[in-house]
Amino acid sequence: MSDARQQRMLLTGNHAVAWAARLARPKVVPGYPITPQTPILEKLTEFHASGELDAELITPESEHSVMAACIPASLTGVRVFTATASQGLLLMHELLHYASGARAPIVMANVNRTPASPWGFWPDQTDSVAQRDTGWIQFYSESAQESLDTVIQAFRVAEAVLVPTMVNHDAFYVSHAVEPVEVPHQDVVDGFLPAYSPPHRIDPQNPESWGNVVTQEMYNRHRRDLGEALARVPEVALQADREWGALTGRSWGIVERYRCEGAATVIVTMGSMCGTVRDAVDALRQSGHAAGLLKIRLFRPLPVEALRAALVGVPDVVVLDRNYSPGHGGVLHQELRAALYGIDKAPRIHGLLAGVGGMNVSAERIADLVRETVVGAPRAESVWVK
Amino acid sequence: MTIMKQFDIDPEPVLCSGHAACPGCIEALSVRHVVATLGTNTVAVVPPSCMAIIAGPQPFSSLRIPVYQPSLESSAAAASGLRRGLDALGKHDTQVAVFAGDGGTYDIGFQCLSSAAERNEDFIYFCLDNEGYMNTGAQKSSSTPRFARTSSTPAGKVTRKKNLTEIMAAHGVPYVATACAGYLPDLVRKVEKAKTIRGTRIITLLIPCLDGWGVADDGGLRASRFAVESGVFPLYEVEDGHRYTLSQAGKTRPVSDYLALQRRYRGLKAEDVEALQADVDAGWDRLSRRVAAS
Repeated sequence: MSDARQQRMLLTGNHAVAWAARLARPKVVPGYPITPQTPILEKLTEFHASGELDAELITPESEHSVMAACIPASLTGVRVFTATASQGLLLMHELLHYASGARAPIVMANVNRTPASPWGFWPDQTDSVAQRDTGWIQFYSESAQESLDTVIQAFRVAEAVLVPTMVNHDAFYVSHAVEPVEVPHQDVVDGFLPAYSPPHRIDPQNPESWGNVVTQEMYNRHRRDLGEALARVPEVALQADREWGALTGRSWGIVERYRCEGAATVIVTMGSMCGTVRDAVDALRQSGHAAGLLKIRLFRPLPVEALRAALVGVPDVVVLDRNYSPGHGGVLHQELRAALYGIDKAPRIHGLLAGVGGMNVSAERIADLVRETVVGAPRAESVWVK
Repeated sequence: MTIMKQFDIDPEPVLCSGHAACPGCIEALSVRHVVATLGTNTVAVVPPSCMAIIAGPQPFSSLRIPVYQPSLESSAAAASGLRRGLDALGKHDTQVAVFAGDGGTYDIGFQCLSSAAERNEDFIYFCLDNEGYMNTGAQKSSSTPRFARTSSTPAGKVTRKKNLTEIMAAHGVPYVATACAGYLPDLVRKVEKAKTIRGTRIITLLIPCLDGWGVADDGGLRASRFAVESGVFPLYEVEDGHRYTLSQAGKTRPVSDYLALQRRYRGLKAEDVEALQADVDAGWDRLSRRVAAS
């Protein structure tokens, strides 16, 4: 629905992210090229060269230095955006902890790609789910439109709780696929994102120190403060999403239930596979199997209450993991079991390693897998499927 | 060159008393004069190092300026981000000054320093060079000189010290210099000069470490002067990568005088002393030719 407040464009997922970043008016944008993220960086440098993005661009020698630059830039009190993928995200790992500890509300897009070795460029979420303990908020998006909306919402959420936020979308399926995208006008985004003005900043007029050595007690308190900030995120994210919906007609929730009414089986996944699962759900319903999809859009903090509310009383849950934690299986499978453990009428939880390494998993295959899986008892471990 | 001169530091110094440096520490003395010269419109970037200890644990700070403590390997990248954030806010006159050790500069922080210098990021980088990982108990770094004993080279280091000043000069940045507390007027002049320049400025300060080098408690400044007088640590400046200026007339002392002040060179064989003297002579000749060609 193109209207006065937005304009429809044909964009890849990555260019939708670049548009979102431009509309958020970041003041510092460090970046480093890596497949399949590079088009985000290229588009932002184009916007900058044409005068449409008024920001300090920094092009350091590595993603590690990108994140090293992001943190104190954010602490001066300006909005900061960057983007990365795979090896780049893994190289940043140390400083992801640092950024959340510094309470720097950086927004970063990550294009999910297989970590080496061996080398690959394929959609796989192991890179970002492996960052789940770094204290970053994590969203997963399934389309170019959702990525655009989520990056803009991410600034609102990050700055409200002073926690850095990562917006993930899958390599190629989302990053390079072209879709019609509604791009909101600048004044819509300006109204949604208030000017960033943090309570503390690096300022010679009011000297404060960041990162000094602390006592055990201070460190302990600091961790608890970070946890309390993350605990506010589901509510803050829902509020931001509702307001965005009122402005643009689009909202996404922190989890989404698709045809879950009276479902005997609910499929749980995140990212681009959600689109395929919708088709599988339709096919299953068509064939008399009451199936639904629960899409996890907010992965960190894990919205445990929303997951419990959505899944209590459902007989079978089938988790599709496009990631792999060697030695323990699918990360989402582990997390779902932990989130639902001990509740009354807990579902049976089946874990499938589907699409690891970027393997294509068709809607027909997903429907077959669901039919095959729910006839048996859930297994302790995640099961490899093709 | 004048050595003796009364230095009046503002009654409210930027580096205050009560800091956590070892008694007699040359680093604290050096930084006291550097930050007094920079003034309070400055933000310090201090990675893990002796200087981070001197700056103090939360909630204390010995520095009257904001301090950002990045990770050990990321000082120059952090300084770049900090600079650009301040620039975006229009605070172009605020100096961003890094105070990093030699481990954080020559070794783990070198990649991002080279990159920042290539981009000519606008900050002053002070390498507080005490020629080893002194904060963790005096292990070898790539700044440790040949034959020096450290706790990770107990038989003496086999290879030579990396020449940071020449490497950074080769990046073509506007200003690279060496300085030390043994020659305070020269040190202060170089900081004042660096303050007036935009772009990446790198000043390496030789910091004799009393404990790590095995120098007498009152011997830090003597070691600093002997390093200069022997030509082990020549005082000079390089502007735009090619204009070389010596800050001292010549070298006036054998290297053996300098070595004799330090337990880290204990038991050095005569041929090793000769080898070090030959290294210094060759380095001095090379430097003299560059100065003459400027």
